[in-house]
Amino acid sequence: MESKLKASEEQVAYAKILDKGMKAGLLMLIITFIIYMIGLLPSYIPVDDLSKYWGMPVHEYLEHTKIHPGWAWLNMLNKSDFLNFVGIAFLAGVTMICYIAIIPILFKKKDTVYGIIAIIEVLVLALAASGILSAGGH
Amino acid sequence: MFRGLIICIYMIVLFFLISASPAFAGEQAVTSGAASQMPWWAWPLILFVVTFFLGIVAVLGGVGGGTLFVPIIGGFFPFHLDFVRGAGLLVALAGALAAGPGLLKKGMADLRLAVPVALIASACAIVGAMIGLALPTNFIQTALGATVIGIVIIMIVAKKSEYPDVKQADALSTALRINGVYHEATTGQDINWKIHRTPYGLATFILIGVMAGMFGIGAGWANVPVLNLMMGAPLKVSVATSKFLLSITDTSAAWIYINNGAVLPMVVVPSIIGIMLGSIVGVRILAKTKPAAIRYIVIIMLFLAGSRALLKGLGIWN
Repeated sequence: MESKLKASEEQVAYAKILDKGMKAGLLMLIITFIIYMIGLLPSYIPVDDLSKYWGMPVHEYLEHTKIHPGWAWLNMLNKSDFLNFVGIAFLAGVTMICYIAIIPILFKKKDTVYGIIAIIEVLVLALAASGILSAGGH
Repeated sequence: MFRGLIICIYMIVLFFLISASPAFAGEQAVTSGAASQMPWWAWPLILFVVTFFLGIVAVLGGVGGGTLFVPIIGGFFPFHLDFVRGAGLLVALAGALAAGPGLLKKGMADLRLAVPVALIASACAIVGAMIGLALPTNFIQTALGATVIGIVIIMIVAKKSEYPDVKQADALSTALRINGVYHEATTGQDINWKIHRTPYGLATFILIGVMAGMFGIGAGWANVPVLNLMMGAPLKVSVATSKFLLSITDTSAAWIYINNGAVLPMVVVPSIIGIMLGSIVGVRILAKTKPAAIRYIVIIMLFLAGSRALLKGLGIWN
């Protein structure tokens, strides 16, 4: 049996990117939230009005606030509440970056099956992130 | 006798919940969409404090933060369940991302075991998230309550096997070369491990993925028994791989919630920071306390929160 006392090359590579990505994402999350809290930028929904909306189902909330779901937040980064999505999206994207990084290592090691599984995983995550899949609302 | 005891405990707790209900009377108005009488910053501040303690309790009780977060915050805070589930996924994701690098580098979490499982779980979590956002809130609330009570039962009755006896690896795990060696620091031994029943295990992750996406509660409570008891991975490898696995499963479901607008930074960020700080404190306390006693507290907390969700979903306690 192949000795696995040492983590494999792809496992170590994955861990290193995950570590850096997680720290960067958390830092972004904290910085953008501080900007939101101290009012350095105006927010789309005034914080005083938030309690009117957070008890609503999401489709009602979107209707009342006229917020477009999906990646529309990218056009509203001048609003401090939407600026928070930079950190949130980065944290949600770290795994995809890790997978992309290990694909060449897997193919270089002629681990074709895992290489293909990793490519499919990236496609699955990209599909989820694309915004193409929208829920019906209730 | 065991069933009788469970029913007895359930009745006591239900009585406690119902008798305590006037304490939440003011909250109900908020839940139904009206503005709170409290200043806007009060709920996020309370959320931060509560999630800080949840982070401590989660570490001591050996459960994921997401598992505690959704039923407790969903049951006792004014935020709609859509936003709580979105935040729950991000809380579980942040915890898994933070733990992942260390577990992978030490070789406790195994990438070869996680990759095929993660593909199935993450694809199914997308389906679960879409179902969860499409179904009526009452239905999701009821199903969440039943699931959380199911988790409590699993926590009480499920056995664990430190080193499961896997006589022969199955054909699929052999073909995928899912096996390994890890160093057990407590005994100084190097433990060789392999797995069996891989097709059944992978099939079970279809259901686990759907539930993780639908309820936003992470899935460590289900991952560990399947990896350990069904597939035969050693307990420590199962726990570590499960934690790492959440970083992939929850990523796909989290994107669905983000893209459908079910993520409120004012709910998400205090929760993530609170639970992560709590986890850091929890790890320090863990060295000085008896986790068994804390585990019972976690079980009771989950049972209360699960009952609350069930009663809320059934319209008995709105």
